[in-house]
Amino acid sequence: MNWASFFNMGGYAFYVWGSYAIATVVLVLNVWLPLRRYRKLKQTLKQRYETSS
Amino acid sequence: MIFQKLAAPKYFYPFAGKLLPWVAGLCIITLLTGLYLGLFVAPPDYQQGETVRIMFVHVPAAWMSMFVYAMMAGACAIGMVWKIRLTDTFVTACAPIGASFTLIALLTGSLWGKPMWGTWWEWDARLTSELILLFLYLGFMALQSAIDDPRRAARAGAILVLVGVINLPVIHYSVEWWNTLHQPASVARIDGPTIHSSILTPLLVMATAFKLLFVSIVLLKMRSAILENEADSRWLQEQGV
Repeated sequence: MNWASFFNMGGYAFYVWGSYAIATVVLVLNVWLPLRRYRKLKQTLKQRYETSS
Repeated sequence: MIFQKLAAPKYFYPFAGKLLPWVAGLCIITLLTGLYLGLFVAPPDYQQGETVRIMFVHVPAAWMSMFVYAMMAGACAIGMVWKIRLTDTFVTACAPIGASFTLIALLTGSLWGKPMWGTWWEWDARLTSELILLFLYLGFMALQSAIDDPRRAARAGAILVLVGVINLPVIHYSVEWWNTLHQPASVARIDGPTIHSSILTPLLVMATAFKLLFVSIVLLKMRSAILENEADSRWLQEQGV
């Protein structure tokens, strides 16, 4: 397989890779932000329970 | 009953925690398979050339935009009838993902429309009704953040979501009811799909991956919401976070 022609997408590289890039960015944000919030919450609660007990 | 038990945060929190790694793992496997099939195995279309690969993101995202909304509406209806608080948590967790899938469907559709139709955007029935869906999601999120009392926020949000359900059949049948640029359905048809398996398979695999991704994100967000709501509960302190 030829990588140059793969990335060129028959001249439609901007449209095809643009679509995949948009989807990737939006979906990664949808995973990353909730994951960050979850980890922060977990840490806060762990510390709180340790100090109170 | 098992469902009543699961609807209690005390049981749902560890249940979601056990389920999450399996769903997320399966999601990664299907996503990689779908991308491989869609980008390397599927042949270019004889009319559309390589742009047909946009479909493997565009169509599953568009399906998800409607699927997530239908899930939210179902949960809102259940929540209003049986007053289960966990449904509020679910609906709130769903909205940003639903909005994200709608945004992806609209933007990738635009990137597909430009080379194939010659325009980024057209105010036709399919595109307009999908845009309205985005506004329904955003409206729900704005309403939720504007009302301080969580019960009232959930109820107001539920009414908005349930009224907005009317938009779902409009989106689905828009390509039949009106003359539009958008092509009619070729997978969800009564007489069966009309596209070749080399295209249909990656499409369905990607759709499965998106669905698993949705479930993973919702489980994660619901766990966070439970941690926030139940921070002072004895069960959480005993069970550990």
